[in-house]
Amino acid sequence: MLNTALTIAFFLVGIALLLNLYRLARGPSLPDRVLALDTMYINSISLIVLFGIRTQSNLYFEAALLIALIGFVSTVAVTKFLLRGDIIE
Amino acid sequence: MLGSRWLPYPGMSLLLWAVWLLLVNKITLDHVLLGALLAWLMPQVTRLFWPAVPRLRRFDRLLAFLGVVHWDILVANVTVARLILGPPSKLRPAFVEMPLDLDNDFAITVLANTISLTPGTVSADVSEDRKTLLVHVLDVDDAQALIRHIKYRYERPLREVFPC
Amino acid sequence: MEPWVEWTVSIAILVGAVFVLVGSIGLARLQDFYMRLHGPTKATTLGAGGTILGSLIFFSAQRGALSLQEVLITLFLFITAPVSAHMLAKAAMHLKIGRRSGTRGEPWDQ
Repeated sequence: MLNTALTIAFFLVGIALLLNLYRLARGPSLPDRVLALDTMYINSISLIVLFGIRTQSNLYFEAALLIALIGFVSTVAVTKFLLRGDIIE
Repeated sequence: MLGSRWLPYPGMSLLLWAVWLLLVNKITLDHVLLGALLAWLMPQVTRLFWPAVPRLRRFDRLLAFLGVVHWDILVANVTVARLILGPPSKLRPAFVEMPLDLDNDFAITVLANTISLTPGTVSADVSEDRKTLLVHVLDVDDAQALIRHIKYRYERPLREVFPC
Repeated sequence: MEPWVEWTVSIAILVGAVFVLVGSIGLARLQDFYMRLHGPTKATTLGAGGTILGSLIFFSAQRGALSLQEVLITLFLFITAPVSAHMLAKAAMHLKIGRRSGTRGEPWDQ
């Protein structure tokens, strides 16, 4: 039961990542691409958490938390750059 | 002594302590003590970064508000899912300017974040004088009704939680 | 593992994955940037929350003790998602990204 659910979930999140990749490649504007990357890291957090359940290991928790932290900081840094042309004022 | 020099931000210290215990994911005496030390030390060290953090006035109202927001997030997602999967040409997007009655920055931030997490609305900007909030709506019929709804459901309880 | 735990975890995971997908469909499908912003900020965040809830129940049941670690990720995502959406909207208005025709109201100059 759980294994079937996990397989379906992997499949759905995989499609979601492909759709993000499409938006990342197509643009058309820079904020669109940043938004696509932002969505991608949240989706990959889901993927890592699912993988953690499949392998029954709690080790992946730190990886997911780090991706969440770094993803947020980089999104804010890039938007700051788009707004001001500079990251640290 | 709450709010004194020794413990400038009791709420933040409590939060840091809880986060530490969650990170190590076990409750043993050494981690409880280490967490308490860090929770005391970190607000002291970073004190200069924290301008006036308003005091919470009504803790019960805050809990009720959080309950309402969580419920709305669930409902919002079903609504937004239906809008996304439906025909895009039928959507009626709009930028709406919403006058603010809150007057401290922290409360405005909480309101803006709440708006972003709930039905089809994203807060896009705050005016320099902190009097107007620009909100983008995915699908709206009557903008004034939406503003009234936000004011009644989110802004009014926040005014009670954070004294103005 | 007891069957009802397995069922609950499966449902949480599936609901989460569906919301993740819906958010990304919104990102790929809607017409202008400001509309695309809605999918990821709400649906994807809740989707991640759903899978994380599944993981929380799973590990709690496996160890026989409450494992609340995962709550940290959810909490962090729910606090940061609106902030990055706000920053992105500001950046888009600064760059004067076009709106779909028929959008009422004006974005502000940055």
